Amino acid sequence: MAKQESLELLKNRIAGFVDLVGKKLPEDVTVKLKELKDEEEMPMAKMIYEAMEKNQKQAWELNRPSCQDTGLIQMFVRVGTSFPYADELKVILKEAVAKATKEAPLRHNTVETFDEVNTGTNVGTDSPWIYWDILPGSDKLELDVYMAGGGCSLPGQGKTLMPGEGYEGVVKFVLDVMTSYGLNACPPLLVGIGIGTSIDSAAYMAKKALMRPVGSHNENPKAAELEDELVKAIDSIGLGPQGLTGTKSVMGVNIVNSARHPSVLSCAVNLGCWAHRRGTIVFNSDLSYDSVTHKEVQL
Amino acid sequence: MKKILTTPISDEDLKDIKIGDVIYLNGHIVTCRDVAHRRLIELGRELPVDLKGGAIFHAGPIVRKKDGEENKFEMVSIGPTTSMRMEKFEKEFIDQTGVKLIVGKGGMGPNTEAGCKENKALHCVFPAGCAVNAATCVEEIEEYHWEDLGMPETLWVCRVKEFGPLIVSIDSEGSNIFEQNKIEFNKRKDAALEELYTKVHYIK
Repeated sequence: MAKQESLELLKNRIAGFVDLVGKKLPEDVTVKLKELKDEEEMPMAKMIYEAMEKNQKQAWELNRPSCQDTGLIQMFVRVGTSFPYADELKVILKEAVAKATKEAPLRHNTVETFDEVNTGTNVGTDSPWIYWDILPGSDKLELDVYMAGGGCSLPGQGKTLMPGEGYEGVVKFVLDVMTSYGLNACPPLLVGIGIGTSIDSAAYMAKKALMRPVGSHNENPKAAELEDELVKAIDSIGLGPQGLTGTKSVMGVNIVNSARHPSVLSCAVNLGCWAHRRGTIVFNSDLSYDSVTHKEVQL
Repeated sequence: MKKILTTPISDEDLKDIKIGDVIYLNGHIVTCRDVAHRRLIELGRELPVDLKGGAIFHAGPIVRKKDGEENKFEMVSIGPTTSMRMEKFEKEFIDQTGVKLIVGKGGMGPNTEAGCKENKALHCVFPAGCAVNAATCVEEIEEYHWEDLGMPETLWVCRVKEFGPLIVSIDSEGSNIFEQNKIEFNKRKDAALEELYTKVHYIK
């Protein structure tokens, strides 16, 4: 295959995957939502869970984005140092988003700042927003596509605490977000928490935490235990779906952590709404692909 | 039996509806969010639609041009956005327009409570993220205005049938279900924190 054809194929496949992520939730989220629905006892909450389930079914049948707010597309890209199309990748990703915008269709959510003009294509200055990482010695491309509306994971909150405030300060910060911003962020939420050194790294880790599957755990046993404790604590508040009360509050709590400077303890919270449109796809160097989140994918 | 409101809505229609009730809407609802509110209240621009007795939806939809029809759009996906962003403007908005039903997501504050009480209006929640459910309640986009604002912010005038479920969050007495719930949530949060504090002594 000539290089130009390969690039076209890669673009089309990524566009198709972006389109799919807006229409079908990843398997781990679907399973968790069903579990929450089945366990729910309060009638209003149950009615909302049923509406959610019906919506996902209709979205798939009618081939439409399940939530109208298809976000400003964010991606985590891990590119192998030997992946043959690394040089062109940034351009390809932008073109793929523009193509998906027309074909899905996605909402036009890229507004140029200062000029305050909606580009109408979902492509603009650093839009889609991309986090880059490399895979040493690999010829693969791993891609997380994340679509979140303006009401959940885009705002986020963070704070750099003094070590004297301790992790007590961290859990208080997290729970305060739950009963203020969390109410409106479309619960049941996936709560992403970053804990580490600077405010920006904490914010980045909080977003990265949302790329981890629902039900997964941090490798550090203490952090993993805190994830479970926070699930229990936040569930006990009983936010329910839409923050209108219910038996539970969250789909899960994911913590990502790093080492910290002795003088600071930074934490950030990034809330994923129930319509957690996350997709992970891996391309091989011949552009064959596999997705852990959307196993049935045909691009 | 389903409680269904039909636009134009009168004060009388709302008097027995309380927070926590579930209602549906027949008639018209107009999408109206951040910039439309700002234009009316801050910039003093007249809204291009008459909202007296009407309904607005804090929403920015996905629409698609209809093939072969000029200036006609199909509703693909539409769901509520965070209503709290409009709190700053909503009381004056209700005063000026005579709108009776505001549909959005999450709670609103004291400004909107006052507006709903003084002018007899409701704020309701449509389950957010259920945008295809909502789109299938839209029979037709009859008109659109201020399309210079882009797809999410354009005022899309939708004719709807049994649009809902709409969960009443502020009623025409000004009661606010989210504010009531918050009191209980905060009590439970404080109790949960007391227990959590004992488990996070990692810095020793």
